[in-house]
Amino acid sequence: MSTDQLVHLLWTGLLETLRMTIPSTLFAYLIGMPLGVLLVVTRQDHIMPAPRFNAVLGTVINFLRSIPFIILLVLLFPVTRVVMGSGIGTRSVIFPLIISAFPYVARMVEGSLNEVDHGILEAAQSMGSTSWQLIRKVLIPEAMPSLVNGAAICMVTILGYTAMASAAGGGGLGTIAIIKGLNMRQSDIMYSASILLVLLVQIMSLAGAYSTKRIDHRNR
Amino acid sequence: MESNSVPVAGPVIEIKGLHKTYVTTDGRVDALSDVNLTISQGDIYGIVGMSGAGKSTLIRCINRLDTPTSGDVLYQGRSVTAMNRAQLEATRRKVSMIFQQFNLFMQRSVAGNIRYPLEIARVPSDKADKRVRELLKIVDLEDKLNAYPSQLSGGQKQRVAIARALASEPEVLLCDEATSALDPMTTQSILALLQDINKRLGITIVLITHEMAVIRQICTRVAILDGGKVAEEGPVDEVFVHTQSEAGKRLFGILPEAPDEDPDMPSLRIVFDGASAEKPIMSNLIKESGIAINILSANIRHLGGRQYGQMLIEMPSGPHEKETVVAYLTSHGMTVKEVNTK
Repeated sequence: MSTDQLVHLLWTGLLETLRMTIPSTLFAYLIGMPLGVLLVVTRQDHIMPAPRFNAVLGTVINFLRSIPFIILLVLLFPVTRVVMGSGIGTRSVIFPLIISAFPYVARMVEGSLNEVDHGILEAAQSMGSTSWQLIRKVLIPEAMPSLVNGAAICMVTILGYTAMASAAGGGGLGTIAIIKGLNMRQSDIMYSASILLVLLVQIMSLAGAYSTKRIDHRNR
Repeated sequence: MESNSVPVAGPVIEIKGLHKTYVTTDGRVDALSDVNLTISQGDIYGIVGMSGAGKSTLIRCINRLDTPTSGDVLYQGRSVTAMNRAQLEATRRKVSMIFQQFNLFMQRSVAGNIRYPLEIARVPSDKADKRVRELLKIVDLEDKLNAYPSQLSGGQKQRVAIARALASEPEVLLCDEATSALDPMTTQSILALLQDINKRLGITIVLITHEMAVIRQICTRVAILDGGKVAEEGPVDEVFVHTQSEAGKRLFGILPEAPDEDPDMPSLRIVFDGASAEKPIMSNLIKESGIAINILSANIRHLGGRQYGQMLIEMPSGPHEKETVVAYLTSHGMTVKEVNTK
């Protein structure tokens, strides 16, 4: 394979990887973020206590989180076909990625929101805030640096899942490394695709860490 | 909420038969039992007690950050415990609170912190800006508008917290150990600020503290809390001079903590009850009588330019000297008591 062909192959793979990772992360947050908020605020000692609801939600999320992605991919196949119009391909794999990632996102968000000092919430309560104001204007803004950091971690995790998407014809750098590289014994392809994946992970992590530090007003 | 617009004369806050019981793994703990207090408009009302006396629970029941087990808190005659969410939120805007740990929003600037109560009350932006500047002026932090809490000292943080608490134009300010995390100098400036707010803005202040000095300095009335009960209550100077309760005496440092710390020699206990103004009484006594006085211990406080507390002196050597000393002190308005005479 010529260098040009290799570059073209990797470029296509990179775009496919991003096309799976970015929308999956966004949608996983769209579902996972509200659930993460609910996991925190419905706790007994929090702003909207609903312990029974909290316990049920926690159990469901743990259950979903314990299913390995590759199994979920297979289990969801019929549903994916209905929802995405097709069971295989780069676009279709976004659906199982979202389903697999949102419980993880919910737990991640929960962790970040739990870091917010209870005294700060109490102060806001003592000023007559409604629950919605507490969530939107205090809880989430105060946890923002940690939420951004968590989002970077989630994105990297989803990126890792996309490598397994090759099982459903997902494409991307992972597929290139596994199918063209490993299975067809083209080590140059395997290594270059892997290195590109590693670089992508590094960039995401660094961007996450940098933004986290940048927006945090606690240490100046 | 219509009744809110007409200020009601008399008590602002009434605490009636308040009980709070916590259920822990070790059983039930009575944090408060049958607390009754009346806080009037314009008071700086101090609630003092050792740690674990229940004072924090008590102040948190006033704005329902804690829910009492039984009993009631009335704000302007209306039951806080019976309020629904909307009524409670409206009341909390009129009963602000500051905290020992300041509890500022760390991701908001100083201006952002003070703006928060205005934002949630949907005050228009330009009006809010103006109000933030006014409030910063009151707490003397106009140059810190765009700073973040992490860049401020403890005293400055508490000033921002006070400005934030004042933003909603409250009638009552609750202070939960507001100076306990501050050094003595900063404590003084915060107390002066609270006093100023009370006088200038007519805001009733309820503060809890374990420091008697805080009570002495700014409070008009005091309640001494001991083991979840009110041990003593009244105007500060009265309670200080005629301390009745054991808890009160312990807090004022009037009695030695343990009885065996009593002097082991005959001595005189002199009580300064505020009758003597700032005259150098003891040194005048020595000068005028020529009798040597050996001071064993003294615990004198200045309150509104008067002296309160007591002093323990060794019994003068002869009966004549003793008589002279007692007569001199009594004639200057002090109570003298013989201690440990054989």
